[in-house]
Amino acid sequence: MSAGVAATRTRAGFYLDSVALMRISQAVQDLAGVSAAFLTMGSPSNKELLLDAGLLDAGAEAAGPNDLVIAVRADDRDALRAAFETAEAALSGPATGGGEDSGWNPRSLETGLRALPAANLAIVSVPGAFAAREARRALERGLNVMLFSDNVPVREEVALKALARERGLLMMGPDCGTAIVAGAPIGFANAVPRGDIGLVAASGTGLQEVACLIARAGGGISHGIGVGGRDLGAAVGGAMTLAAIDALDRDEATRRVVLISKPPDPDTARRIADRIAASPKRFTLCCIGMAPMDLPENARQAATLREAAEDALKGAGGAEPGATLREASRRFRHAKGSVRGLFSGGSLCAEAQAVLMAAGIAFVSNVPIPGAEDASSGHRLIDLGADEFTRGRPHPMIEPAVRDAPLKEALADPDVGVVLVDVVLGHGSHEDPAGRLAAVLAPHDREAPVVIASVCGTDRDPQNRAAQVETLREAGVVVAESNAGAAETAAALLAG
Amino acid sequence: MEDRKDPIQDLLDGPVAVINIGLAQFARTLEGQGVAAVQVDWCPPAGGDRRMIDLLDKLGA
Repeated sequence: MSAGVAATRTRAGFYLDSVALMRISQAVQDLAGVSAAFLTMGSPSNKELLLDAGLLDAGAEAAGPNDLVIAVRADDRDALRAAFETAEAALSGPATGGGEDSGWNPRSLETGLRALPAANLAIVSVPGAFAAREARRALERGLNVMLFSDNVPVREEVALKALARERGLLMMGPDCGTAIVAGAPIGFANAVPRGDIGLVAASGTGLQEVACLIARAGGGISHGIGVGGRDLGAAVGGAMTLAAIDALDRDEATRRVVLISKPPDPDTARRIADRIAASPKRFTLCCIGMAPMDLPENARQAATLREAAEDALKGAGGAEPGATLREASRRFRHAKGSVRGLFSGGSLCAEAQAVLMAAGIAFVSNVPIPGAEDASSGHRLIDLGADEFTRGRPHPMIEPAVRDAPLKEALADPDVGVVLVDVVLGHGSHEDPAGRLAAVLAPHDREAPVVIASVCGTDRDPQNRAAQVETLREAGVVVAESNAGAAETAAALLAG
Repeated sequence: MEDRKDPIQDLLDGPVAVINIGLAQFARTLEGQGVAAVQVDWCPPAGGDRRMIDLLDKLGA
């Protein structure tokens, strides 16, 4: 596999953020005759990645965290030269800060604050090893923080959240990619109307799906506060979930609150339930995969994200229209086939598991929810945003091409009868994920397997949900109204 | 900032004003929404040297 020619180049003292680098890497990788392309900073973990790819030569080995490494393997010298030319051209383009928006930017938090003294939030998305330091500095200067970075040790998270509590600040994250604050979508978030439903979420796509379902049913969001995936674990003990509940309790615009999380640690769950009991507002708890728990009278438990949205809307919204199943049945020709779920959203993968489990269907997943059976049934639900798929690669919400290979494999697999996919829209996401899916589907037989998608988004999102749905339908995809509805349709097909 | 009584309520009341440290696309998206945002061009401090960073922190730099 490693035939051909390989080379690296290093640019000393040229720092660029990982998303910008991954975008350029993908563009170079897509060139004819290029089998591998990495543009990456010379940190120890990135050099390990190059070593695994057989691309760590002496030049790359000598690079440090402030040095950019370009590493390419190609079929021949011409393809190699073209790859480096494309990479170098992209590095001097506008997306890298070297072009049209290359005006002066502050180099530190302090100078940033001098430029924007009214700042009330710092978004921190630097590599994990440096993230806690930057977050702490922001908290010490009185800023609320949204910490997007992952790979932050849990003891650092505990310390940061203790500092935030002491200072009366929000510390959203680490690993928090989505928030909606005072009508502003922050990070990976959708354009939803303002309203009276507040969200507190330990899950980015969970927050997105609930917010979009509420918006599409005519409701609105007061605020969506992300807390990070570990907040309701034993170590952190719900520190920011409790702070967010306090804040939404005081917030006059919020009348109802939805909490979205993985199943919490039992002691933390009790603490949250006690806090809810003391609130005058109504709560919906959606902890996908959690057994029914005792809740105070002002709270209800929802088994799926869709149920959470319905409960918050007092029953508006509703079940998947019958037309979705009729359309899927028409295209379903492979009655003994298994389900292959290829998700970009972790909570959407978890929700699909909950739906299949409720229908008595056993499955395998790389991120199993509690009670999931590790069965040999052949049904597989995969979160392509999990760490094992995103090491050194962009998240599938940013670069849907990450799903191309597993999707082609599923389409060609004679044992697969149903392919389930999610398409996540909004700020931060790829500009045309449906178009990318449609391009992969185009050369394939439309009859088997049937592809069922849900589209998490709104018509006000940059991608426009209606246009994305239309693209998918033209490609022969059955589009459900919600992720839960897509999974239910798959389960109904299996049940015959 | 020094005089704010409740910084969380200040954030929720809006308008949101952001210092963005890291991925530049977050600041660009916010600016596109009419949200005040300042991009900080971050790079690893002290060349990523952990001991030097700890020393800088102790010095309050």
